[in-house]
Amino acid sequence: MNFDDLLRNPSSWLQGTGPEADVVISSRIRLARNLADFPFIRQCTHTDRKGIESQIKQQLLDQPFFAESTFIDVSELSKLERQLLVERQLISQELSKTEGARSVAIAKQEAFSLMINEEDHLRIQVMESGFNLKETWDRINELDDHLEERLTYAFHEKFGYLTACPTNVGTGMRVSVMLHLPALTMTDQVDKVFRSLQEINLVVRGLYGEGSQSMGDLFQISNQLTLGKTEEELLAQVKEVVTEIIAFERKAREHLLLERKRELSDRASRAIGILSSAHTITSEETMDLLSSLRMGIYLNLVTQMKIPDINRIFLETQPAHLQKIYGGELDTYDRNTERAQYLQRYLHKISRSSDSSQN
Amino acid sequence: MKCQRCEKPSTFHITEIIGEEIHEFHLCEDHAKEYMANVPPSDNTPPSTPDDSPFESSVQIQLPQSQDELEKLDQETCPICGISFYEFRQKGRFGCPYDYIHFQKELEPLLANIHGVFKHTGKRPKRMAQSSGKQTELISLRREMQQAIEKELYEKASQIRDRIRQLETS
Repeated sequence: MNFDDLLRNPSSWLQGTGPEADVVISSRIRLARNLADFPFIRQCTHTDRKGIESQIKQQLLDQPFFAESTFIDVSELSKLERQLLVERQLISQELSKTEGARSVAIAKQEAFSLMINEEDHLRIQVMESGFNLKETWDRINELDDHLEERLTYAFHEKFGYLTACPTNVGTGMRVSVMLHLPALTMTDQVDKVFRSLQEINLVVRGLYGEGSQSMGDLFQISNQLTLGKTEEELLAQVKEVVTEIIAFERKAREHLLLERKRELSDRASRAIGILSSAHTITSEETMDLLSSLRMGIYLNLVTQMKIPDINRIFLETQPAHLQKIYGGELDTYDRNTERAQYLQRYLHKISRSSDSSQN
Repeated sequence: MKCQRCEKPSTFHITEIIGEEIHEFHLCEDHAKEYMANVPPSDNTPPSTPDDSPFESSVQIQLPQSQDELEKLDQETCPICGISFYEFRQKGRFGCPYDYIHFQKELEPLLANIHGVFKHTGKRPKRMAQSSGKQTELISLRREMQQAIEKELYEKASQIRDRIRQLETS
């Protein structure tokens, strides 16, 4: 795969389109599957891992649904390239960091990705921009149907799809919706919302699922249980709760607009000020400032930038993307400098084009 | 973020829910291991990991067995992949699909504890593994072949390989 091609376009899940895009960034479903004739990953020898890889690859390559997809041997990628795929959410941290034979198949326009030899033999993932669980499920279900025509999955009458970890057994399905909740955060209501989720077995995570720390007011909500409910029931539960949170966030935004409009405008203006003039800036600070701008755009407080700009900057200021665009490896200190320069260039370009359109 | 117990970066973020209280820990790998090793004895199994984030939310896995029963159970190994129940408890990961059958009796209360129930009601593959015996046999044959190679029993290894090929193409 050509990484420059990947870089040319933002990930499809970051298009900023789709239903409820003012609050929901993306909808994602992943299915965990294992081949019946191999041990789970922890008991695999090198030969086993190779065998799993080649069996899946062989069955995929001549499939019409797989045309124009790319097979990438993750063990041969540089650390930077692996991190780039993590930032685009095409592979997990686990697949990036563990050793041994492992790979990922990525469809055209990043429509789906198949991780091979992660915690399970196969992790199928489909992502959509906006709040779009039905379509995401239809697509991944069809993909899974195609795969099971060729591969014999480990399946048990009573326990369903068998997985390496007992917390994934049954449907093997994890539904995740990524939400942008700046107003609930600003009004200190976000903790309350999340505490109520725990009671109904939903999990909240930060952007890349690395612990509870959230960045840029982005949160992922997903189902915790995978057994005993049908896929449709699991989807319906996430959908119901997310719909409520969307309404809650919108209400908080309206309230802020009514009561604290000057503060919101001030935050947005300062965000543009810092982003366009900083000499050094971390990715955390960048994400927080982008969060103020994202909300500002939806509340018509910011006119000089658009959502696609925010999404592009969001992805391209993350460490691996930044270094790939720069064309070499940078340490943290130099990355923060390079990030500031990238931001200055980007915002300068926008302000020039908006000046000329006004003339 | 730094580890709460030393200067190293924290790579493990542990959320422990005890009753109403939420405790958060941000630890480096070494201290996370130490933390996991020191969880109270009632906490028999390492926290399970939803999705790809280790140790994020700790689902309490309670095994109903008494200490004696558990010690005996720990010695029990899967005839197909060779992992012991103890090894499963240590890592929270199974060794092969057959573990679900071999340890079914112990597993059902455990699954009920995690998921509330232990009966799958969702999607099923259209093409079932009709000959699940064959699939399982392949797992153990591949393991036997590897062991034969390690012991330099090449003739035995090649016999096993022939049997594997026979099964794979049948």
